[in-house]
Amino acid sequence: MTVQTERPPSGPADVRKADDGGPGGQKKRAASRAGALAPYLLLLPACVATVLLLGWPLLKDVLLSFQNLNMAQLIQHVTEWNGVDNYKETLTSEDFWRVTLRSIVFTAVNVVLIMVVGTLIGLLLARLGSRMRFTLMVGLVLAWAMPPVAATTVYQWLFAQRFGVVNWVLDKLGWHSMADYSWTSSQMSTFFVVILLIVWMSIPFVAISLYAATTTIPKELYEAASLDGAGAWRSFTTVTLPFLRPFLLATTFLEIIWVFKAFVQVFTFNGGGPDRLTEILPVYAYVEGVGNQHYGMGAAIAVLTILILLGLTAYYLRIVLKQEEDEL
Amino acid sequence: MKRSLIGRLWPNVTAVVLFLGFVFPVYWMFATAFKPTGDIVSENPVWFPTDVTFEHFRTAVDVDHFWTYVTNSLTVTVLAVVFSLIIALAGSFALARMRFRGRRHFIIVFMLAQMAPWEVMIIAMYMIVRDASMLNSLVPLTLFYTMMILPFTILTLRGFVAAVPKELEESAMVDGCTRRQAFRRVILPLLAPGLMSTSLFGFITAWNEFALVLVLNKDAEAQTLPLWLSRFQTQFGDDWGATMAASSLVSVPILILFVFLQRKAVSGLTAGAVKG
Repeated sequence: MTVQTERPPSGPADVRKADDGGPGGQKKRAASRAGALAPYLLLLPACVATVLLLGWPLLKDVLLSFQNLNMAQLIQHVTEWNGVDNYKETLTSEDFWRVTLRSIVFTAVNVVLIMVVGTLIGLLLARLGSRMRFTLMVGLVLAWAMPPVAATTVYQWLFAQRFGVVNWVLDKLGWHSMADYSWTSSQMSTFFVVILLIVWMSIPFVAISLYAATTTIPKELYEAASLDGAGAWRSFTTVTLPFLRPFLLATTFLEIIWVFKAFVQVFTFNGGGPDRLTEILPVYAYVEGVGNQHYGMGAAIAVLTILILLGLTAYYLRIVLKQEEDEL
Repeated sequence: MKRSLIGRLWPNVTAVVLFLGFVFPVYWMFATAFKPTGDIVSENPVWFPTDVTFEHFRTAVDVDHFWTYVTNSLTVTVLAVVFSLIIALAGSFALARMRFRGRRHFIIVFMLAQMAPWEVMIIAMYMIVRDASMLNSLVPLTLFYTMMILPFTILTLRGFVAAVPKELEESAMVDGCTRRQAFRRVILPLLAPGLMSTSLFGFITAWNEFALVLVLNKDAEAQTLPLWLSRFQTQFGDDWGATMAASSLVSVPILILFVFLQRKAVSGLTAGAVKG
């Protein structure tokens, strides 16, 4: 390809040379070289943006994690390198490991709930009549569309200690101790509401895309299965499930990424409280770094968080990369 | 195939229950926003507001700087969407229509960039912006939001560009258009729907962003609506009517966009997001 553009076939070029008397050939050669450069020029703005606005913050995060950077250094604008001290301190602190374990469990619970319930609702959508399906879709889309901060605020109101509608319902159902219950007062109750919120917000994406995926399964496969004497369950496990497998895999890993960094919901619902007991890694990095003004420490926690996230999604990333290599 | 009555009934019953579960929080937000305070702080919830009041919206809008927040949110969001569309249009054209060395690597880079954990990088971004003395400004916010939505925009637009038949472009070039003219006169008009839905998704992402503006802009003058909403409840204590009115104001633009986009939402997200 490059060879061809560098050296245009001599015939036409010669003709033109005869016509124009010289510079034509050179102009054409320059034009084709520009043609080979064109894709890179078109991609240049996107690459510059990626390097400056994503690559640089990533690198800066790594650099900061090797610095002793607290309030004093920040004000005086001094850079104090302290080697791996931040990492040493983070990795030997009990808090960090507790938060890490909590984040992983939190992510696992959320993702399992989202995927199982989302898949079931998606399959339900495929089974419903068109009017009922439309109705349920509208409900899902409304939940999906709520901005995270607004949704969190609404859940604060639903679960408010006084006049909150959830406490009222629980009281009426006979659970009278819940009448004035403060959901933000304990670790488990805070997590309960936050998980409910995240699951409620995330299911619509899974359910609606799964439904969309089921519509692409060729009807012939089901006919063939029933000709072979497969019942409803068999045709589900032999046709539907294998067909949806790649989709389910991809969605699971996307949900892991999204839930693992669910900063907004955890932070706005209860600020990681009570007593910092509901902090997950991104919130922990924020509180240590920005809140307590140990920016170097915060950066080290952030780097470790990114590494953990990479570890959790390595399997999926490898598949994506491989797929892309095969496809192109 | 005849199913028993129960067999036909349970999917519909489940669907109704699920519908109510998913809609209720949204409904309750609007219902509370329009209810008089007496109906909000009552021992038994008023399920259907009978006297509608706009008082809570008035409280929310009368808050200091409310219109500043609206203007800031709109400015940052619209600019980020426009910038990323322009940058992505050029890039996606190259990725969809040209063959060149390293093309695959560019695509992989953008796929990985799409998964960037922005919430975790806020400390580094704070330091960069601070060193540039740009805290409390809308400029860094706009730039970072542009980058947040850029990978999605490029990858989605790549699909839309590839869907425009190559023959159209070629025949335009046979008719004497240059490649640039062919792009402007033939491809761009056909891309309009794709540009529309892609930009709306960028709009939603930028409109909802919270973590970065929380760290960068402490001045009310430079804050956006999500930050305002997150502090609203703390400021107004138990004035849930006003808080829900504020939530409604932040949500309505996005709810409208989403309902309008419902169909494209699925195909767009599955094409763009699930694939990478």
